[in-house]
Amino acid sequence: MRRTPLPTLIGLVVAAAFFLTALLAPLIAPYGMSEIVGDVWEPASAAHWLGTDNIGRDLLSRLIFGGRTTIFVALVATAVAFAVGAAFGLFAAVVGGWVDLLLSRFVDLVMSIPSLIFALVVLSVMPVTTPVLIMVIGLLESTRMYRLSRAVAVDLAVMDFVEAARLRGEGLRWVIVREILPNALSPLIAEMGMRFIFVVLFISTLSFLGIGIQPPNADWGGIVKENKDGIVYGIPAALLPAVAIAALAISVNLVADWILERTTSLKGGRNG
Amino acid sequence: MNASIWTLVAQRILLGLLLIFLSSALIFAGTQLLPGDVAQAILGQSATPEALANLRAELGLNVPVYQRYVSWLVGLLHGDMGTSLTNGQDIATAIGRRLANTLFLAASAAIISVPLAIILGLVSVLYRNRWPDKLISAVTLASISVPEFMLSYILVFYFAVQLGWAPSVAMISPSMSVLERFQAITLPVIVLVMVVLAHMMRMTRAALLNVMQSAYIETAELNGLGRFKVIWRYAMPNAVAPIVNVVMLNMAYLVVGVVVVEVVFVYPGMGQYLVDHVAKRDVPVVQDCGIIFAAVYITLNMLADIFSILANPRLRHPR
Repeated sequence: MRRTPLPTLIGLVVAAAFFLTALLAPLIAPYGMSEIVGDVWEPASAAHWLGTDNIGRDLLSRLIFGGRTTIFVALVATAVAFAVGAAFGLFAAVVGGWVDLLLSRFVDLVMSIPSLIFALVVLSVMPVTTPVLIMVIGLLESTRMYRLSRAVAVDLAVMDFVEAARLRGEGLRWVIVREILPNALSPLIAEMGMRFIFVVLFISTLSFLGIGIQPPNADWGGIVKENKDGIVYGIPAALLPAVAIAALAISVNLVADWILERTTSLKGGRNG
Repeated sequence: MNASIWTLVAQRILLGLLLIFLSSALIFAGTQLLPGDVAQAILGQSATPEALANLRAELGLNVPVYQRYVSWLVGLLHGDMGTSLTNGQDIATAIGRRLANTLFLAASAAIISVPLAIILGLVSVLYRNRWPDKLISAVTLASISVPEFMLSYILVFYFAVQLGWAPSVAMISPSMSVLERFQAITLPVIVLVMVVLAHMMRMTRAALLNVMQSAYIETAELNGLGRFKVIWRYAMPNAVAPIVNVVMLNMAYLVVGVVVVEVVFVYPGMGQYLVDHVAKRDVPVVQDCGIIFAAVYITLNMLADIFSILANPRLRHPR
């Protein structure tokens, strides 16, 4: 195996730092999430490294807890998208016929509506709670996982080892889980990285629009919403989550790119 | 041109219309997902039974779902979009004005971003792997790693507040002159351009590079033609199909991008209208806005398909 390239290493380290911070938020954050510790929009100081927010909460602590919420919601939503999308995608590819046709056309239909618009429509009647958000985003994103896993599995389903498994009388479940899934896993995992970033952006956008994570809980989009009025007075508090999101997005992308490249080269593909 | 290509185009148009029809059903179904009913969700748990009954009657919840869907759809086709729950106004009038504003914003962004994307794509192929190419790649990559609303605030912070070059909100009113309007929408247009530019430019670059590997390009180069002429006269015509396709897809994306940007800049368009009424749980407005956004999006995607059919010479000569 070749050495891991430098950008990937940086990506891995930064992404790991984000996940660790999210995991250990209560230990790392200097103050509580909704603890009012100072004046409104205090500038950065030794006590408050990034200053305070619109009602005097420590901004660094808000960002750390916000990252915890955003990353947690995004992880679970991505997992939902993966589980639902891959399950139906592999199922459709293996069964084929009208089941495949029906599922694929339905996914086409859902994808023909912009996902932000569809999410807004659904959330206009649903109670906006974290589980509902996770399900709505996860199911909307599962359409993309469905397409990819179906496309990968259609190629695999006609291979000899799958045929052999079928001929020796293995059930549908075995064929999907033991024969196809392991071979389809690497492109799917790389795609999951991309989806994760997309979900982070999605949930931040919803929160910013006031239809995502509800206050007093912090998340990156919500922090922008809370502090946006300060911008006009030259207070950059609302810009900090942008830095956090961009850093997370770029680092996860670097890792996902590397996974994709490694797996294509393992198969003797273009990058070999 | 012959019959078969027009058959393909006609098929795409029919498919597009079918998709719009089906997506109206999906959007309608999306607002019926609640286990309870919409009236309860709007008024909350503490609502009095009379208020609930009134709202149910107003929403027409006493008739079966499919009848409500059909009457909504028939109304839409006749331009009757119903009335808003929150202020009792006619939705069609409100949407008409806002749709024009939104299209103005999106069209301005499109007119700037499309030529710019193609020129930048050309430049980065011309200077492949040298600093202009790398600079363009880095900037475009950075601009897609940040969500639209954050990009907007970064621009507002530096250009509107610190430098004072452009207004930080994009209020426009019917009394404003064209020039004043353009000045008001400077920042939102820049944000939208940055959002779609990256993807279009990268795809232009990829499409051109793909063509540049062909043998006939090598022949042209060996004949001593200048690099710019080779790219512009010889590579471009064969790269037009994928470029047009990605341009149309990004125009479709622009339609969704305006939603967020309008909210940031308090721009009186469709997106702001939709988001406002989602928060107020004004279901009729949300349904109408939803289907309009979906219809525009599907239409632009359909146009992308049609363009790529028309631009593909292989389809003009059936085997």
